[in-house]
Amino acid sequence: MTDTQVRAPRDVPHPAPGPLPEAVAHKKARRRRRRKEALTGYLFLAPWFVGLIAVTAGPLLASLYLSFTDYSLLGDYEWVGFANYAEMFTDDPRFLKALTNTAIYVFVSVPLQLAFALALALVLDRGIQGLPIYRSVYYLPSLLGSSVAIAVLWRKVFGADGLFNSFLDLFGIEGRSWIGDPSTALGTLIVLNVWTFGSPMVIFLAGLRQIPASYYEAASIDGAGWVRRFRSITLPLLTPIIFFNLVLQLINAFQSFTQAFVVSGGNGQPADSTLFYTMYVYIKGFNSFEMGYASAMAWFLVVIVGSLTALNFIMSRYWVFYGDK
Amino acid sequence: MTSDLKTRPQPNPTLFAKALFALRGRKLLTHVFLILFGLVMLYPLLWMVSSAVKPEGLIFREQGLIPSSVTWDNFADGWNALRHPFSHYYVNSAVITAGAVVGNLVACSLAAYAFARIEFPLKRLWFALMLGSIMLPLHVVIVPQYILFSELNWINTYLPLIVPKFLATDAFFIFLMVQFIRTLPRDLDEAARIDGAGHWRIYSRIIMPLSMPALATTAIFTFIWTWNDFLSQLIFLTDPDMHTVPVALRTFLDSSGESSWGPMFAMSALSLAPIFGFFLAGQKYLVRGIATTGLK
Repeated sequence: MTDTQVRAPRDVPHPAPGPLPEAVAHKKARRRRRRKEALTGYLFLAPWFVGLIAVTAGPLLASLYLSFTDYSLLGDYEWVGFANYAEMFTDDPRFLKALTNTAIYVFVSVPLQLAFALALALVLDRGIQGLPIYRSVYYLPSLLGSSVAIAVLWRKVFGADGLFNSFLDLFGIEGRSWIGDPSTALGTLIVLNVWTFGSPMVIFLAGLRQIPASYYEAASIDGAGWVRRFRSITLPLLTPIIFFNLVLQLINAFQSFTQAFVVSGGNGQPADSTLFYTMYVYIKGFNSFEMGYASAMAWFLVVIVGSLTALNFIMSRYWVFYGDK
Repeated sequence: MTSDLKTRPQPNPTLFAKALFALRGRKLLTHVFLILFGLVMLYPLLWMVSSAVKPEGLIFREQGLIPSSVTWDNFADGWNALRHPFSHYYVNSAVITAGAVVGNLVACSLAAYAFARIEFPLKRLWFALMLGSIMLPLHVVIVPQYILFSELNWINTYLPLIVPKFLATDAFFIFLMVQFIRTLPRDLDEAARIDGAGHWRIYSRIIMPLSMPALATTAIFTFIWTWNDFLSQLIFLTDPDMHTVPVALRTFLDSSGESSWGPMFAMSALSLAPIFGFFLAGQKYLVRGIATTGLK
């Protein structure tokens, strides 16, 4: 304020309007600099752009197009409109079976997995000694869980003469081939997913760290017991993390493939009880080369996962508590 | 800690002693629970390793962890059970994994630097697209990718599994590095800019050296994911000469059926060894990586 007063006293007329040549040069230089900055930005992003077009967004749109055709990699194909989508729901019991299996798998295993993750994180967060060791031990299955080797192992752990049955034997319970029985095969895969609760647990642990100890101290002084403190402090403040884990694990679970593929021998045995959605996409696309149909199924998966995630975000308004609100 | 104790009201000594005793009892109980639970969790893994060194006939007769006799036959048998010795598949896996690690480090860090430090038009739009692509299921792009790669004659080569990594398609890691670079003080960039450094120099001489923890997390996760990856290797590598370790394991399982479980276990356990090694070496980065972005 004072600055302008010094420079432009009231009685002195303003200099003629129109920028000085100096200022023009300045502006030009700045614009040039900004343009160069933008160019550099796009240069740094160039590999990502190529990837976006050729490997991600391009194929995404291509598969949307293919989903309306009867493309099969072998010869000509035709536009069939919504015929693939219609067939999925009206003329393909295997598809419906795969959808049901996956839904059961996702909606049983994810809540269980998160419950284990939260429970163990709560136990570990109470200043336990040797936390890094426990954390590593519980986390290890998350790293190995998606490998073929673990799927091979699972097939044997829950096989007729496997580890699980010899455990039951200790209690005099007669086991069976849990993998070979259509009513229990899906259950073994659910157990496998719950077994990998380590990664959400680590995220919960990081979230618990963020809760200020003073809250608990204040609550203790007010005479709040463990249950009360959990319900009134821990749980509300942890809801954003629970939400994050829920979204992430739901998306992951919908896409799981390797375990079911290996355990079932690649075809959803026994009796299609372990036929997962993604596996059926693979079978249609790469075994019988009905790629148009496979694309339609894949797109429907995107719709499912997308709307589930959206629903999650909408629901989150009612139960997720953000401290800044 | 000491100030903490001072401000707290001091309970009377007998009650305090009792509480301490109860606390220690509960702590001990917690440890017992945690150890037992950990054992249950790890038992299948230990069982696999112990079965791998048991003679074939003993595997299902004796389910304990300590084998009564140890043999390395399973490893020798498994190693040579398929058309190629397993070393062949290990080489394939190693080439693909190494390529993927280098690709992700280079391409994702370049993109992350652009998002974190450079101003350019439409940045928000591209950033949102990048985040969106993290959620995209692989299955919805793999059919067109297969068509593309077979047009390029890339099927049964390493290229479909390596080249996309050099195009920053693992957006997870871009996000991870953006988050990390944003925590680095901008004063460093400003100082370098005043000294006449451009973006390339700031990226290569300042930001990258300071981003070592994020780069390490990226490298370790890329290694583990690529080593474990099955679906894309199954689809793009159909020729047995090009098979990787997971695909070979699956072939082994299918071809040997319910026989030869000893060699099967031996090869399975062996295939997890590199992951286990990286896990031990890089725990710090793994934990940090999961905590910041929620990686698996």
